[in-house]
Amino acid sequence: MPELTRRRALTAAAALATTVAVAPRAAAHDHSPEAFDEVYKGRRIQGRPAAAGGHHHGAGYAVFVDGAELHVMRNADGTWISVVSHYDPVPTPKAAARAAVDELRGARLVPFSAN
Amino acid sequence: MTVRKNQASLSADEKQRFVAAVLELKRSGRYDAFVTTHNAFIMSDTDNSARTGHRSPSFLPWHRRYLLEFERALQSVDASVALPYWDWSTDRSPRASLWAPDFLGGTGRSRDGQVMDGPFAASSGNWPISVRVDARTFLRRSLGGAVRELPTRAEVDSVLAMATYDMAPWNSASDGFRNHLEGWRGVNLHNRVHVWVGGQMATGVSPNDPVFWLHHAYVDKLWAEWQRRHPDSGYLPAAGTPNVVDLDETMKPWNDVRPADLLDHRAHYTFDTD
Repeated sequence: MPELTRRRALTAAAALATTVAVAPRAAAHDHSPEAFDEVYKGRRIQGRPAAAGGHHHGAGYAVFVDGAELHVMRNADGTWISVVSHYDPVPTPKAAARAAVDELRGARLVPFSAN
Repeated sequence: MTVRKNQASLSADEKQRFVAAVLELKRSGRYDAFVTTHNAFIMSDTDNSARTGHRSPSFLPWHRRYLLEFERALQSVDASVALPYWDWSTDRSPRASLWAPDFLGGTGRSRDGQVMDGPFAASSGNWPISVRVDARTFLRRSLGGAVRELPTRAEVDSVLAMATYDMAPWNSASDGFRNHLEGWRGVNLHNRVHVWVGGQMATGVSPNDPVFWLHHAYVDKLWAEWQRRHPDSGYLPAAGTPNVVDLDETMKPWNDVRPADLLDHRAHYTFDTD
């Protein structure tokens, strides 16, 4: 019986180690969504992880519409908003970029540092 | 003493004076400074760092002070003018008198969202959108376009029933009255109204639409109603909260006013229902 107990203990320890090893990766993934690059309704939308700070206000993620940066922000629950749709959270930064294209109806973004 | 009235009960003369004062602030450049300030705060207020104007306990006192500044500017043009409020739980249709051509004008045309009537239509030449996030220089709206329904009185009452002003983590994830009124959680009051109006009202430069002030004057009135229902509940947090404006801390951009100085609206104005 002692061996069995020891085996169980080792299994439990291995499971713990696996959990510990996986957790930081999951957290890192959760912190910054993957990059995207697509043409949506005739406009190029791109998103990518970015250095926190500057204009990103800790979002750590930058979104562009036809090359012009769209100010985006992440909410505490993981949803996203942008400066052209600031009161209407959507699930991902790509959804925020698409919502911006919908809202813009073809208009070009003004660089937000200009204001 | 300034009396803030329900927009639905304004006389033709009161509407005309309000509109004229707003247009004069626009002409002089003072109006756009208010838009710039709002956008600066909305872009920098974040859930995990310093937050003052939005997504935080000071959302209510910050907007109370911001509206007071705007109202004083209006009164420097015409001392008889007070900010009206829009009770969107009652006047909940694009056919409300609020949106008539003698007041704010109506919804935008379908092609490009452009408002085509009223004193703020681009065709008047009096309302260029200068502080903007995209190239369009005309006022836009899509009343009821992105979300079908404005909040109901029952939904308002469900939020007014919440006895705790605000709760940790003091942001868009909070439970309590403030965040439910702001709309990041629950039935969604304030945020949903911005979305319902559409156009610039749905963006960070939302004060480009004069209805911004009437919307926030009603949100501000709901804070006063909440205080009357919960006389034993006060502003929170009281002290020592990183990134958040505590009761006795000063607020940017004024730096001379604390939430504690703004809790009693009757020091500054009364409502027609007070």
